[in-house]
Amino acid sequence: MPESNDKSTRSGVIKTDGFEHLLEALAGRGYEIIGPTVKDGAVTYDTITAVHDLPIGLIDRQDGGTYRLLQNDQKTLFGYVVGQDSWKKFLYPPKHKMLELARRDKTFNTVRDGGKPGKLALLGVRACELQAIAVHDKILLGGPYADPDYRTNRENSLIIAVNCTRAGGTCFCVSMGTGPKAKSGFDLALTEIIENGSHYFLVESGSDMGAEILSEISSREADEHDIRTAELAIATAAANMGRNLDTNGLKELLQRNFDHPRWDQAAVRCLSCGNCTMVCPTCFCMTIEDATDIDSQIAARWRKWDSCFTLDFSYIHGGSIRASGKSRYRQWLMHKLANWVDQFGMIGCVGCGRCITWCPVGIDLTEEAGAIRASEIGK
Amino acid sequence: MENLEKILTEHPFLSGLETRHIKLITGCASNVVFQPGEFLFREGQPADHFYIIRQGKVMIEIFVPQKGPIAIQSRGEGEVTGWSWLVPPYRWHFDARAYELTRAIALDGKCLRQKCEEDHDFGYELMKRFTTIIAQRLDATRFQLMDIYGVHSEK
Amino acid sequence: MASTLKNSKSVIANQREPMVIRPFAIKRVVNETYDTFTLDLIPAGHQDDVRFVPGQFNMVYAFGAGEVPISISGDPADSTRLVHTVRAVGGVTNLIRSMKTGDSLGIRGPFGTGWPVDQAIGGDVVIVAGGIGLAPLRPAVYYLLTNRDKYNKISLLYGTRTPDDLLYRQQLKKLRARFDLDLEITVDAAGGEWHGNVGVVTTLIGKAPFDPSHSVAMVCGPEVMMRFTVMELQKRGVADDRIFVSMERNMKCGVGLCGHCQMGPTFICKDGPVYRYDSIKDIFLKREI
Repeated sequence: MPESNDKSTRSGVIKTDGFEHLLEALAGRGYEIIGPTVKDGAVTYDTITAVHDLPIGLIDRQDGGTYRLLQNDQKTLFGYVVGQDSWKKFLYPPKHKMLELARRDKTFNTVRDGGKPGKLALLGVRACELQAIAVHDKILLGGPYADPDYRTNRENSLIIAVNCTRAGGTCFCVSMGTGPKAKSGFDLALTEIIENGSHYFLVESGSDMGAEILSEISSREADEHDIRTAELAIATAAANMGRNLDTNGLKELLQRNFDHPRWDQAAVRCLSCGNCTMVCPTCFCMTIEDATDIDSQIAARWRKWDSCFTLDFSYIHGGSIRASGKSRYRQWLMHKLANWVDQFGMIGCVGCGRCITWCPVGIDLTEEAGAIRASEIGK
Repeated sequence: MENLEKILTEHPFLSGLETRHIKLITGCASNVVFQPGEFLFREGQPADHFYIIRQGKVMIEIFVPQKGPIAIQSRGEGEVTGWSWLVPPYRWHFDARAYELTRAIALDGKCLRQKCEEDHDFGYELMKRFTTIIAQRLDATRFQLMDIYGVHSEK
Repeated sequence: MASTLKNSKSVIANQREPMVIRPFAIKRVVNETYDTFTLDLIPAGHQDDVRFVPGQFNMVYAFGAGEVPISISGDPADSTRLVHTVRAVGGVTNLIRSMKTGDSLGIRGPFGTGWPVDQAIGGDVVIVAGGIGLAPLRPAVYYLLTNRDKYNKISLLYGTRTPDDLLYRQQLKKLRARFDLDLEITVDAAGGEWHGNVGVVTTLIGKAPFDPSHSVAMVCGPEVMMRFTVMELQKRGVADDRIFVSMERNMKCGVGLCGHCQMGPTFICKDGPVYRYDSIKDIFLKREI
C-alpha cells in the first residue's frame, strides 16, 4: 500500500522503448503485474508480462451503451481510457473463499481462513480509479468492521497510476473532483507524452517503494519542459469531458425527490441487468454463500459480488421490499449519489462513466440527476 | 341507585352533547346485567338496543355450521357495541355473547330512532358519533383481514 | 441485579472478528407453535460468555446450508446460555428445526442497536408486540423486571394471529399473575373457546395504563402493524422521540459490508435494528425504499 511521504516525491523520465524495465523492476520484486490488455474487443485488466500485452495504439470511443476500440497511429500504450473492468476485480474479487469449516463430532470448527494472495502490481490505474480505491478503503477498512482479506490485498499491492491525456466519451471526473490527474494514493504515476516524434513517460513517485523503483529505471530527471508538457496533456483531457454532473446539493436534491416521476421514466428503460453494478468501481455489495462437499463434512463460505438490481437482494418473508424495477433503479442511483454521503462522508460516484457506456440501453446517471434538478428550476 | 344521567354525561362517547340531548338519551337508558354465556343479542333478531359496557367482556361472534361460533371481535369496559339499530332493516347481523359477568347500560334504539326523527340536530350528533365508531371498526376489521402474522409462501 | 447497558449505540461483538463463526450446542428445544420453536444454546468448544443488550441479533449458521439473522430472545442477565426463537419459513430455518439437542449451530454476533431500557428509567413503559415480534422484545421485558424499581408502570400488549400462535405461554401466565406489570393479549381470530380479547393489537393501546407524556414505547412486529401502532401511540400523545421500533431487512453479513439491509441511507444491521421513530420517520412511510 503506498504511503504518502514528501521526501519520496520525485520525478523522472522513462522512454517508451525502456518501458519493459518497469515491468522487470516489478516482476523482479515478486509482483504479478496486472495491467490493461485487449480481450473480446475491449480493454480489460489481466496479467501482463511484456509490453506487447498492452493495448498499443488503441483508443476507445465511448458513449451511452457504446464501446469501440479503434487503432490510432501513435502507438500509445495508454491511449484508451477505461474498460469495463475496475480494480475491484483484484482487490475485492468477484468470488472469494472466506473460510472453510469442518465437522468435528456434533460440532465444527474453522480450518482455513482467507487465503494467501500474491503480490500484485496494478499497472494503469486512472485517477478516478484511485478515488474508487479510496472509497473502498473507507468502506471496507474505515468502519467499525473491516474486511481482513481486502486489507491483505491492499497491503500486498503496488499501484502504478497513469494520468489521462485523453478524456473518454462518458467521463466526468472533473465534475466529481477525482481527476484526470492522480494526486495521491499511488506508488508511481505515469504521464504518457508524445511530442515531435519522441514518446516517453513522465514518472512521479508517491511512496518509498515507488521512489526506489523510479531510481532504478529512470533514464533521467524530469525537467520543466517534461512537467509542463504533461500538465498540458492532462489539461486537454480535463477540457474534453464527455459528461457533466452538478454535485451542488445533489444528496439533498435526490433525497427530497424520492417520488419524482423521472424514476418512472428510467424504469421503463432499465432492464435491471445489473451491468452498472458490475462495472462500477465503487459498488461493494456482496453476498455470502455457503456450500459443502459431497459428504457434508467440509463447508466453505464464499463472498461473491451481488447487485441491488436483483429481486433476491431485498427479499424477506415471502416478498421483495423493492419489487418494482423502478424502485431498484432508484435504489442504485440514490445510494451512489446521495445515501453514500450519509453513510461514508463522501459521494459514491467517481465519474468514470462506465455505467453509462455499459448500460445496454444507455441510461446516463448524469442525465437522470440533471433532469430531476432541472425540474425544480422555476418551482 | 346510580345516576344514569351522570354516568352517560361522563362517557367519552357522548362527550360534547348538549344537556338536553343527554337527557333525551337518559330517557331511553336502563341498567342491564348479563351472566357469563348469556347473549346480549342474536343474529337475525330485531336490533332495538345498543350497549355501553361498564364492566365485563362481550364477544361478537358468528355461528358457522360445522365450525361452531367464530369470534370476530371482543368488546370490553367502556366500549360501545351495536349499531344495527341505526341501519335498516334494523336486525342484528351477528351474535353478541357475554364471556364474563357483564354490566352494561342498554339504550333503547327504537325509542332513540323516534327521537332522531323528531329532532334532527340530535339525530346528527348521534350519527356523527356512530360513524366514527363504525369507521374504527372497519379499520380494525380490514387490519384483521390482512393476516399480517401469517406465513407468506416462500420460494 | 442491576446493570447498565449501552442501548442506543451498537455493542460491537467484543473484539472478535465478526466473520468468525462460533459453535453453540443445542441444549433444549421448546416447540412454541406449529412453526415456531425456541432453542437454548450453550457454547461448544469455547468458554465465551453470552453477552448482549436487549434488541440485538445474531447471524445463526447451519453448517454448510446458510445463515439467518435471528434476534436474541433470552435474559441478558444470564450469560451462560443463548436463547433464540425461530420461525421455520425457509430452507435454513427448516433445517434448524430438524436439529436435535446436542447438534451445533454457528453464531456470529451480537450485532445491532438495543431497546432504550436506560432511557425509559423513571417513567412508564409500553411494549407492543405483534406475532413473532414478541421474541426480540422479551429480553427487554426480562431486563425491565430485573430492574423493576427503576420504572413506573409497565404495560405489555401482545397481539397474534390465533390463540394457537401464542409464544411463551407459561411465561405469559406468570406475567399475567404479577401485580407490577399490565399484560393484555389479543388475537386476530379465534374459535368459541377463546375468552380473551379478539381484535387487532392496536385496539389495546387506547386503554393501556401509561402516561403518554412520561413513557417510552417499544414496538416490534410486521411493518404494517408497527405503522398502525405508531399512529395509535401518537394519537394518545406519545412523542415521536419516545417511540422505538425494530426494523428488519434481508441480511447477509450483519456488519454493514454486504449492502443488503439498507433502508434509505441507514444500515439496519448496524444503525438498527432498533430505531428511535423520529430518526426514520420519513423513510418509514416511503414505499419500496
